[in-house]
Amino acid sequence: MREFRYEKATDPAGAVALLADAPEGAYLGGGTNLVDLMRLGVATPDVLVDVRRLTSDQVEELPDGGLRIGAAVPNADLAADLRVRQRYPLLAQALLAGASGQLRNRATTGGNLLQRTRCTYFTDTTQPCNKRAPGSGCGAVTGLHRNHAVLGATDEGPDSPHTCVATHPSDLAVALRALDAEVRVLGRDGERTVAMADLHRLPGEDPARDTTLAHGELITAIDVPGLPWAVRSRYRKVRDRASYAFALISVAAAMDLDGSTVRDVRIALGGVAHAPWRATVAEDALRGGPATEEAFTAAAEAELAAAHPLPDNAFKVPMATSTLVRTLLQISAEARA
Amino acid sequence: MTTTERAVGSDVRRIDGPDKVRGRVPYAYEHELGAQSVFVAIVQSPVARGRVTSIDASAAEAVPGVLAVLTHENAPRLGDVAEEILVLQSPVVQYAGEPVAVVVAETSEVARDAVGRVRVDYESADPDVVLSVDRDDLYPPEQLMAGFETDSVIGDVDAALAEAPVTVDVVYETPNQHNNPIEMHATVARWDGDVLRMWDANQGPHNLVPVITEAFGITEDQLHITSPYVGGAFGSKAYTHVHQLLAGMAAKVTGRTVKLELTRQQMFSLVGHRTPTIQRLRLGARPDGTLTAISHEVVEHTSQNAEFAEQTATATRLMYSAPARRTTHRLAKLDVPAPTIMRAPGEAPGMYALESAMDELAAELGMDPVELRLRNEPDRDPERDVPWSTRNLVACLTQGAERFGWAGRDHRPGVREDGRWLVGTGVAAATYPTRRRPSQARIEAVAGKPYVVSIDASDIGTGAWTTLTQIAADALGVPMDQVRLRIGDSRLPQASGAGGSTGITSWGPAIMAAAQELHDRFGGQVPADGVTVTGSSGPGDEAEQLSSHAFGAHFAEVRVDRDTGEVRVPRMTGVFAVGRVINTVTARSQLLGGMTMGLSMALHEESVLDERRGHYANHDLAEYHIAANADVGEVDIAWVDEVDDAHNPLGAKGIGEIGIVGSAAAIGNAYWHATGRRVRDLPITPDKWFR
Repeated sequence: MREFRYEKATDPAGAVALLADAPEGAYLGGGTNLVDLMRLGVATPDVLVDVRRLTSDQVEELPDGGLRIGAAVPNADLAADLRVRQRYPLLAQALLAGASGQLRNRATTGGNLLQRTRCTYFTDTTQPCNKRAPGSGCGAVTGLHRNHAVLGATDEGPDSPHTCVATHPSDLAVALRALDAEVRVLGRDGERTVAMADLHRLPGEDPARDTTLAHGELITAIDVPGLPWAVRSRYRKVRDRASYAFALISVAAAMDLDGSTVRDVRIALGGVAHAPWRATVAEDALRGGPATEEAFTAAAEAELAAAHPLPDNAFKVPMATSTLVRTLLQISAEARA
Repeated sequence: MTTTERAVGSDVRRIDGPDKVRGRVPYAYEHELGAQSVFVAIVQSPVARGRVTSIDASAAEAVPGVLAVLTHENAPRLGDVAEEILVLQSPVVQYAGEPVAVVVAETSEVARDAVGRVRVDYESADPDVVLSVDRDDLYPPEQLMAGFETDSVIGDVDAALAEAPVTVDVVYETPNQHNNPIEMHATVARWDGDVLRMWDANQGPHNLVPVITEAFGITEDQLHITSPYVGGAFGSKAYTHVHQLLAGMAAKVTGRTVKLELTRQQMFSLVGHRTPTIQRLRLGARPDGTLTAISHEVVEHTSQNAEFAEQTATATRLMYSAPARRTTHRLAKLDVPAPTIMRAPGEAPGMYALESAMDELAAELGMDPVELRLRNEPDRDPERDVPWSTRNLVACLTQGAERFGWAGRDHRPGVREDGRWLVGTGVAAATYPTRRRPSQARIEAVAGKPYVVSIDASDIGTGAWTTLTQIAADALGVPMDQVRLRIGDSRLPQASGAGGSTGITSWGPAIMAAAQELHDRFGGQVPADGVTVTGSSGPGDEAEQLSSHAFGAHFAEVRVDRDTGEVRVPRMTGVFAVGRVINTVTARSQLLGGMTMGLSMALHEESVLDERRGHYANHDLAEYHIAANADVGEVDIAWVDEVDDAHNPLGAKGIGEIGIVGSAAAIGNAYWHATGRRVRDLPITPDKWFR
């Protein structure tokens, strides 16, 4: 563990200014992931800028019926917010499916999106990992990868500097991806908005980078647009034990039905890729078609057709397929009830 | 005249509970010793097989606050201790995670930072860590742990299997598993002149004394180990491991009080694990269910630096009648850390296999699996040909079936649905040996004052603080508040360690013997100037003349989500025959903990060896899954009326391990009953639904 300085600013702009001058520094939110990584020697910031009380910890109305979630809103508070529960059930369910009660009390909304992969080669400094130590290779492709990516990964073999089959661990991010949320970011040059679609990246040839944020950019809020039919939505997480485990597979889905026809649908998958995976192939296949098990199955299979599983995670393809089909069936049954 | 209610058999709460909850009693790492302590951090080899070719500690030594860096080049030489704990004595590396250096520093942060600055170069070879039945280097060990014979053969097993009208021939696999007590292993060490003082988390200070005295070339009088409160162990704290020796070395070199606490990750390489097993079970039976042959062949691993031969199939030697029977054990020496004991070593994986095979046989026979077990109940130990001291498996099975609502069960698999859930039930039997070990106790009596009862027993979370006080109170004929118990210190009278479910059966009688001595010499009158008496207890010839075991029966309901493969266990019932129960609260807690650990074994626990790099890859509690609260449903626990006086005057049997034995099989059998599919390799994780 590296020694570090602890800094506090009086406002977000002050925090941004502090970190802009500290190329090895990091923001500290709830610390539920960062502090662990510091103890393990995986994260080695020389300065921590505490932002937990700088950004808003409130959930506010947006004109389109959506919600603006302050970056400092604790996960537990967000999950309990009545507007979130009523308008975006998948969002509240995703939050409650994550971590434990204690961690949700501590973890912030902004920090949740920026948590790092739990790949055990990433968290062990004695092992090769292109994400932690660029160019060192990937231990997971030939080692423990049962819970690794099947979509959008880079696998050029264990010794390639590009190989990365890690997954993004956040449940919240999957739900926000389905909802087309936007992330408000403050940098040295002012504020900008990043679509959830553009926030997390696939590893490509640069697996060290999880997101498109530049060093020192600070998430201040997340805007969730109004989506009236998201009242019929679900987040289904499949994991190795009944609670307190990362997703093997998760499905965030909302569906707008016109009788027995799918008018519109949103689907994102978790546990399958380096970023929350928006299932656009399945969405396109479903939109305007019948809300039947056959159609759901065909759409899910079409989405997963691009999967490239490793020897020990091939189960994720049928698991994702059947979990997605069941989730859509449950939403359509609910809509008809 | 006062009358005293018997404490034994009551539901008295843990006497150490309130102080533990309030943080008033120190665990090993929490001992503050006045002098400013310094901290030890360990540099571990990422190489599983090879040798250190060079070490450059200069950058670490230059960090302000670093006091010393010990390596194989400069560490104190250790005496003649087991190879697996000869730490920092040679450049050879025999497993991933082996310590190759330690840093001693003024703060734990500095020590951990400096660890990353020690440069170590290795010469390495590909590690050999994969266990398989096809290996050509499997060998029979001299003997198994606890002195059991490696193999046992009675009759012509192959002929009996060939002739049997109904047979089962199946292979089960259990994975590497790791003990994960909440309290990490920790040692505080200091040299007071030539006396080594240690505050340590272990399962019995006297267990460590021979090894640590030999390691440092000191006498028993020069070693004092204190371990009054231990936050769980499950076997991982039974023996001396490298960290205790590293702490002693660091204290010697620096002349300071040193603190060494393993990280959770380090516990996956430095304090042992449960060996994986591959077990072939063959059963032969007549159409009425009478067993004619039992064959149980086990393959397991050990390390390059130790021969740890787990007694996986020994329970099969006594469970059921059959004229032809065979058990074998074969080992592969792999480039892994030394295995150790983990709650019911041998019985837990072995009975998983036997009791799963019995379920498969019941299915082949079209028979109630409870009835199959009742049909093969032996009236004597079938291999040793001696009487049972007590054997109440039948009562456990029948009472368990009654409590669980087994009657009327449709034995067909895969036919019950509740929405998307497939629902089934399963049963399995349990057994665990009953024995006692040599122990001594001392009682100091002064008129008008509480009795001071001293014994180097250990409470690793079992409740021994309370139960031994109960036993002492009854033996002395006084209320519990007239007893002051002292345990967990190598300067107290020698007692056996907390292991093998022998605590109560070994320590209780020693205390009773001391109380008897007091009574015999002084009657009810304690001399005014006080008196000290001692008592001892140990195994007699009952171990040769009788076969003594606890028994039990597990019932479980399992639900499997057909879309996701998720497995839930909404309820379990366990009924046990464990002799006299000393404390109904702590006994239930032991059985509940054992059953929960069995559930965890069935559904969750697996340490994954990276076959290319040789390390346990999922070495933390985020990735090594243990059942969470939400995984544990209703757990119904009962015991049958039983007193077994053959081994000890308490009539007690051990209770710490039998809860885990068989519970994984009951869950696996219920999984099959729910789904029609057998998963024969634990744990039954959701991915296996999609095979």
